[in-house]
Amino acid sequence: MIEVTRLTKRYGDLVAVDDVSFRVDEGQILGFLGPNGAGKTSTMRMITGFRPPTSGTVRIGGHDTVTESMEVRRRIGYLPESPPLYLDMTVTGYLRFVGRLKGIARSQLSDAMERTISVCGLADVCDRILGHLSKGYRQRVGLAQALIHNPPVLVLDEPTIGLDPRQIIEIRQLIRQLAGNRTVILSTHILPEVSQVCERVVIINDGRVAVDGMLAELTRHRSLEEVFLQAVSRETAPRGGADASAADDA
Amino acid sequence: MRSILTIAGKELRGYFVSPIAYVVLTGFLLLGGWFFYNLLARFNFILGMYSAMRNPEALAQVNLNQWVVEPLLHNLSVVLVILVPMITMRSFAEEKRAGTYELLMTSPIRTGEILAGKFLGAAVFLLIMVGLAAGFGALLWFYGNPGPELPVMAAGFGGLFLIALTFAAVGMCCSAFTENQIIAAVSGLVACLMLYVIGWPADTAGEPAGNVLRYLSITEHFAELVKGVVDTADLGYFGLVMALALFITHWTVESLRWR
Repeated sequence: MIEVTRLTKRYGDLVAVDDVSFRVDEGQILGFLGPNGAGKTSTMRMITGFRPPTSGTVRIGGHDTVTESMEVRRRIGYLPESPPLYLDMTVTGYLRFVGRLKGIARSQLSDAMERTISVCGLADVCDRILGHLSKGYRQRVGLAQALIHNPPVLVLDEPTIGLDPRQIIEIRQLIRQLAGNRTVILSTHILPEVSQVCERVVIINDGRVAVDGMLAELTRHRSLEEVFLQAVSRETAPRGGADASAADDA
Repeated sequence: MRSILTIAGKELRGYFVSPIAYVVLTGFLLLGGWFFYNLLARFNFILGMYSAMRNPEALAQVNLNQWVVEPLLHNLSVVLVILVPMITMRSFAEEKRAGTYELLMTSPIRTGEILAGKFLGAAVFLLIMVGLAAGFGALLWFYGNPGPELPVMAAGFGGLFLIALTFAAVGMCCSAFTENQIIAAVSGLVACLMLYVIGWPADTAGEPAGNVLRYLSITEHFAELVKGVVDTADLGYFGLVMALALFITHWTVESLRWR
């Protein structure tokens, strides 16, 4: 469903993503791991077509993100690192706007909104202004925004960042519920999240793929923490710097 | 078309939900009212003076179009130089800052549609603004005896709307370059003001350069409309500047896709 081939992104001299390749099959939930600054967000932005790759390609359901951008955009639901909310809108107003933007037919819009509101547990806050909502609810509205057009592919960039433990659990449950026949890429640097939610893991470090495999196989003999730390230290050890210290934190 | 209207509706709503719309409208009408009152007072004074002097020839020269409507429109156009960039400063800068730019750019909607929607939203707002200012003209028409010539006044207010649209296109262009609203507003103001004053050296610049500068000056074309002279060349100028500004905006937004 998602094919990433030799993806590279340079910002001037800085190589943010370096020759990354992996694929996600239909219905899989992929945990996309890496320390801060490893290139997770850059990769996700290229997958959604928000930013163009310097070289390499991304194909979503066989459509290239650069040359067939519109096709790809119709198929993707994207939750960026900070949810893209208009803080002066109400929850319903915002979802109606996003629904129209995503090209949902007029006749189906209210159904789509109702479905998304109930799935994301937003019924109690429908008429509230987004700017007045707590962080957890904002994150849910962000998720609702990604889901409203019922896309086959979901790209979620750190969906649980900054939430309290109860909210984290709720969002994780929600993601698991959503998965079903959807293909999901979930970026995070919280390891237990991956163990609980994902079937497959790609760990990137310093812009390169360090580990790519099924969670069950990777964690057969070791814990995910060990796999992660080994993957992260292997490449950063000679270079040192910010990534290595971020890995220590993790 | 539906996505254009969706964006336009969101923009228009955004103006009126934030205090910006009210501050801008109030400021515009307040200044407009001040200009109108003073021009009218001067008109009355001169009228009174000429009739006291029993000078029918001079009296015949004094009319509402030339003495009130024309200077009012010119003054309002100066106010627009300042206010329009304040309205358009948010258009792209705010989306970038709030992160909603990512939503727009990953939704199945073309850059041209985003642009058209945002411009349409601004245009409707400016139409309301100029429409309210046209109330001053309506007052003259109701109470003036003889009133101002209606077609001339209509051309003038039409010209005011055109000048506002042109400034909006320029302001949006400036907003597309930055994620800072202040920078968007200030650069928009400078660009609009430049269009306003670029013709100043025209008289001393010699033949070819002078004509070019005169053509580039937005006031030259506006002044024709205010006089009631509707020439396609002047309308073409506004169209050209708008198209150019919107084209650069489109290019700037699109450039994100290949940078």
